[in-house]
Amino acid sequence: MTDVPPLLTTADGRPLKAALASAQGRARRKAFYLVAPLLLFVVFSFILPIGQMLHRSIYHDGFSSTAPNLSAWFAANPSGTEPDEAAFAALAADLAEMKKNKTAGEAATRINYTVSATRSLFTATARKADKLQPPFKEALLAEDAKWGEPVIWQAMRAASNPYTTDFYLIATDRARGADGGIEQVPENERIYLWLFGKTFILSGLITFICLILAFPIAHLLATLPMAKSNLLMILVLLPFWTSLLVRTTSWIVLLQGQGVVNNILVSLGMIGEDGRITMIYNQTGTIIVMTHILLPFMVLPLYSVMRTIKPSYARAARSLGATSWTTFRRIYLPQTLPGIGAGALLVFILAVGYYITPALVGGADGQLISNLIQFHMSKSNWSLAAALSGMLLVGVLLLYWLYDRLVGIDKLKLG
Amino acid sequence: MRHGFRLSQFKENVQENLPLHGENGVATETRANDFVVFDHVQKSYDGVSLVVKDLNLTIAKGEFLTMLGPSGSGKTTCLMMLAGFETATNGEIRLDGRNINLVPPHKRGIGMVFQNYALFPHMTVGENLSFPLEVRGMGKDEREAKVKRALDMVQMYSFINRRPAQLSGGQQQRIALARALVFDPSLVLMDEPLGALDKQLREHMQFEIKHLHESLGITVVYVTHDQGEALTMSDRVAVFNDGKIQQLAPPADLYERPENSFVAQFIGENNKLPGVIEELSEGKALVRLATGELIDATPVNVTAKGQKTLVSIRPERVEFKPEMMPPGAHMIGAEVIEVIYMGDILRARLKVAGSDDFVMKMRNTLGQTKLSPGETIRIGWHPQDARALEPM
Amino acid sequence: MKKILTLSTALTAVAFAAQADVTVMSWGGAYSQSQLEAYAKPYTAQTGVKVNMVDADNPATPVKAMVEASNVTVDVADVEYADAIRLCDEGMLETIDPAMLPAAPDGTPATEDFLPGALTDCAVSTIVFSTVFAYDTSKFPEGPKSIADFFDLEKFPGKRAMRKGAKANLEMALMADGVPAADVYATLETPEGLDRAFAMLDKIKKDTIWWEAGAQPPQLLADGEVAMTTAYNGRIFAAAVAENKPFQVVWDGQVLEYDLFVIPKGAPNLEEAKKFVAFATDTQRLADQAKWISYGPARKSSGPLVGLYQDGKTEMGPHMPTSAENLTNALPSSYEFWVDRDSELNERFNAWLAAN
Repeated sequence: MTDVPPLLTTADGRPLKAALASAQGRARRKAFYLVAPLLLFVVFSFILPIGQMLHRSIYHDGFSSTAPNLSAWFAANPSGTEPDEAAFAALAADLAEMKKNKTAGEAATRINYTVSATRSLFTATARKADKLQPPFKEALLAEDAKWGEPVIWQAMRAASNPYTTDFYLIATDRARGADGGIEQVPENERIYLWLFGKTFILSGLITFICLILAFPIAHLLATLPMAKSNLLMILVLLPFWTSLLVRTTSWIVLLQGQGVVNNILVSLGMIGEDGRITMIYNQTGTIIVMTHILLPFMVLPLYSVMRTIKPSYARAARSLGATSWTTFRRIYLPQTLPGIGAGALLVFILAVGYYITPALVGGADGQLISNLIQFHMSKSNWSLAAALSGMLLVGVLLLYWLYDRLVGIDKLKLG
Repeated sequence: MRHGFRLSQFKENVQENLPLHGENGVATETRANDFVVFDHVQKSYDGVSLVVKDLNLTIAKGEFLTMLGPSGSGKTTCLMMLAGFETATNGEIRLDGRNINLVPPHKRGIGMVFQNYALFPHMTVGENLSFPLEVRGMGKDEREAKVKRALDMVQMYSFINRRPAQLSGGQQQRIALARALVFDPSLVLMDEPLGALDKQLREHMQFEIKHLHESLGITVVYVTHDQGEALTMSDRVAVFNDGKIQQLAPPADLYERPENSFVAQFIGENNKLPGVIEELSEGKALVRLATGELIDATPVNVTAKGQKTLVSIRPERVEFKPEMMPPGAHMIGAEVIEVIYMGDILRARLKVAGSDDFVMKMRNTLGQTKLSPGETIRIGWHPQDARALEPM
Repeated sequence: MKKILTLSTALTAVAFAAQADVTVMSWGGAYSQSQLEAYAKPYTAQTGVKVNMVDADNPATPVKAMVEASNVTVDVADVEYADAIRLCDEGMLETIDPAMLPAAPDGTPATEDFLPGALTDCAVSTIVFSTVFAYDTSKFPEGPKSIADFFDLEKFPGKRAMRKGAKANLEMALMADGVPAADVYATLETPEGLDRAFAMLDKIKKDTIWWEAGAQPPQLLADGEVAMTTAYNGRIFAAAVAENKPFQVVWDGQVLEYDLFVIPKGAPNLEEAKKFVAFATDTQRLADQAKWISYGPARKSSGPLVGLYQDGKTEMGPHMPTSAENLTNALPSSYEFWVDRDSELNERFNAWLAAN
C-alpha cells in the first residue's frame, strides 16, 4: 500500500482537514470562553501569588536600592577586592543618602538578615553620616571598627545584587563566611533542615495514624446499610463543620494536665496525682490533634474507593480458598490503593503545611516548619518565609513526583 | 441445539444415579452417593420471616442442578449457604457426607462463578487463576501447568497477561469459569453467571458450560431466573418460590408435567382456563368451564369432584384441525382475535370461554391454514396436555 | 469572631474617621479603655475636639500598610518600641520634637522628665509595661521571692510557662543566674554569656509550657496547668484584682518595655495629632491612666500622682512596674540589642526549643 490516498474534500470543495479544523476551532473557542473566568481566577489568585512568593525568596532590594554608590563599586570591583578608600567613600555617600531618605533601617534590615548585630551599625552611623569627612575609611572605622570587618563587606556585596540566594542559604542552615565561602552555621543555630525533616517525619506519622484509624471507619461506611452509614458519615464530617479553633480548644480542655482525660485517669486511680500524663503542649499533642483534624481527609477518599469494591471480590477470594486475612491482604487492600494514595497524599500535604494546630498545642517540640514560616512573616522577613515556603513546595512536589513514579498519579482517586 | 445429542446421552447416565424422591422431590433418606444434602434447612435474616422455609434437597455427584425462581424466592440464599457466605438458621447442609455448617468458605473447596464474574481487577488473567493455587501453597511449576490447562480449556490462554478490564464480557466469563475450575473442585456453584451477556453469547456460553460439566464430571449447582437456560442445561431443575421448592424435576417433566399452577405459570407460556371438576376418574378429569363448556384434562393435584381448578394448556399443544385430535376428545369454540406472524411460528390470540388471552401457536409450514381475525373455529387438545391444577 | 468584630469596628471607625478630628489606633480591650478614659475624654472636654478610638491587633501593621499605600486615615497610633524605631528608620513616621511636649508641673523639661529612652525621634512613650513572673498563692503559701526561684525546680516544684521567644527570657535567665541587671546585655553579647542564659533555661525546659498570646498565662495559672508563669504584669493584675484570682506577681527580675504614641507620615490631621500627643503625655494624663490599668507612666513626675484603681480601694502604687520598690532588680529592655540580634537569637532559641 504505497498509494497516497487522495485529498478528501467536503461537498463544496474545501479540504476536509481544514473544514474539520474550523468546525472544531469554533467549539474549542466556545469552550475556552467558558473556562476563561476560572483560568483568570486561577492565574490571579494562585499562579501569580505563588510566583511572587518564589520571586521574593530570591529577591530583596532593601540594600541594593538604598546603597547605589556602593552597589556600583561592588559591580566594578570583583569579589575578593580589598575595600579601598573609594569603597568607603561610596559607603559614606550612601549612608548620607540613607539619613536623608530615612532608609537606613531598610538597608540595615537586609544586612542584618545575613550578619547578626549589624542593624545598629547602619542606623547609628547613618545618623551621623552627614558629619563624616574624608578620608572616609578612617572616619568610618573611627565611628565603628566593625566597618572594617570582611564579613560585613561580604554581606554588603551579596546584598548589592537584589537577586540573592542568601535566603535559601539561611533556610538550609548555612551562611557566607568571611572569605565568601558557604559554610554551616554553628550547631546550636541549626534549625531549618532539622525542622524540615521533623515536619516530614511527623506528617508521615500523622498520615500513617490517620490511615490506620480511617481504614476501618471507611470500610464500615462503605458496607453498612445506608441509614447507619449516613449517621456514621455525619460523625466523620462533624469535625469539618466545627471551627478549627473550637476543635483545638476542646482538645486542650481534654488533654491538658488538669484536663478531662487526666482527671478521669486520676479518679480511676490509674495514675497518681503526680503522675498526670503530659499529652498536650508537646509533640504528642500535635500528633493527636492533627490526626483528629485531618482524619476526614483520609476517610473520604478511602470511602469513595471502597464503595466501588464489590463484596463479591471478597467472596470470590474466599471461595477460591483464601483465608480472610489473605483475602484482605491480596484482594481488598490492593484495590483500595488508589484511595490510600489519595488520602495519604492529601493528609500529608495538609499536615506539612499545618500551622495553627501545632502553634496552639505543639508547645516546644511539637512545632513544624510552617510555624517558623509564620514566625518570619510576623517579623516581616518575607524573603526568608518565602524561601522556606519555596523549599516546602519543592519538597511536596518531589513527593508528588515520587508518588507518580511509584503508584501513578492516574490511580489517584479523591472522591 | 448444537449439543442436544450429547446432552440427552448424558442425562440418561445421570438419571440412573438420581436418589429416590418423595412426593415433592424431597429426599426421604440420604444415600452414600448423595453429594450435596440440604436437610431441613431454614434461613431467616430478621428473625421474623423465613427466606428459606424448609429445604430438603439432595444433589448427586456429577449432576447439573439448577435452582430456578423469581428474585426473592430464596434460590440465591440457598446457594450462598452452600458456599458458606450465609449460615443456615436451622438444619444441616452436608457435602460429601460431612456437615459443613461450621466450615468457613475457604475450607469448603467449592468453586464459584459470580454474576458479575468478580475477577480481581488488579491482577492479570494469569494471576487471577494462579490465586487459588497460591493460597493452597502449590509450587510455581504446578501452578503454571494448571493455569495453562484451565485457560486452554476455555480457549483463553493467549489472554494470560491481560487485565480483566481489557476483556469483553464473554471473555471475562470464560476466565471466571476457568478460575472456578482451576483448583479442581468437585462442586462448582454458579450464580446467574450469564445474566450480563447478550442473547447470542449467552446461548454459546450455555453450551460451553454444559460441555465443561460433561467433560470434567463435576457437580454443578446453577442459579438462574432464566427458565430457558435452566431447561437447556440442567439434569434437574428446582423451581423455587416463596422459600420453598415448588417442583424438582428434569426439564422435560417440568415443562410438560408441571405439578402446580406456579410451576405451570413460571415455566414457559401457558393458557389457563378456570373451571370446576365435573368428573374425576382414573387419570382423567372432565372440567366444566365458566361458560358451561366441557373440556378434557389430566388431574394433577385435584382430588374431588366439584373442586375448583385451573386447567393449563401449552399454546403449542392446542390444535384446531379435527384430524389432529385424538378420538373422543372434547372440542370447544373459539374466536380468532388476531394472528401475529413470528417467522418460525404463527401466534394466534383467541377468545375462549369468555377470556380473550388464549394463545395458540402454529408451525409456519407450507400448507398451514391461514386464520384471519373474526373467524370462528373449534379447538381441542390431547387430554394429557391439559393439566387440571389446584388454583393458587 | 473576635477578629471579624475588630475588623468591622475598624471599618466603621475608618468610615467615620473623616468627621472625627483625631483618630487614635490602639490595641483594644482594657488598654484602649484606659486611654479613652485618661486621654481622650479629658481632651474632648477641654478642646471640644472629638477623639475617635480605633482597634487593631497590632497597630504597627496597618500603619505600615497605610503609609505604603499613601492612604493614611489614622492620626495617632500606639505601637511597641521595636516597631516605633523600625517605622521611624523606614521613614514612615512624623518626627516628634520633644520641645513640644509639656514640662513637668515642677518645670522639669520633658526630655528630663521622661524615663531614659522613653523619647525617640518619632515616638513618645506613654506607659511602661513589664514582663514579670507570677505564681498561684494557693500552691505556694511561702511563695518565690526572686527570679532565681522561678528557675529553681527543687525549691518550687511544678510546671512553668514562658513566652515563646528569646526576648525577656534570656534576660531573666541571666538575672536568675546572678548577673546584675546593669550587666545583662553586655553579658548576652558574649557567646559565653549567651550559653549561660541558655544553660539556665535548660534547667526548666522540660517542665515549661510556651505561651504566645498575652491572655494565655493567666489562663494557664487559673487552670492549674502551671505553677508559675512569666506574663505581662497588667494581665496578672487584671486577673488578680478584677477577677479575684490568687495570683501574686514577683517583681524581682522584671523586664520593662515602653509603649509609645507615634504619628504616621501623612496623618490627615497632623496638627491636631501633635496637640493630642502632647496633651495625652503630660504628667496628669499619664498618672490618670494608672487608674484603669496597672501599667506605669513613662514620666517620673507622674509617679507620685498615681492613686487608686477604678474600684476606689486598690492602691495602684504597688502594682506599677515603675514603683520604686518594684525596681530594685529590674531591667529596661534594650532595643538596640534586640534589633541587632533578633534573628540570630530567635533562630538559636527556636533551635534550642525544638531540640529534644
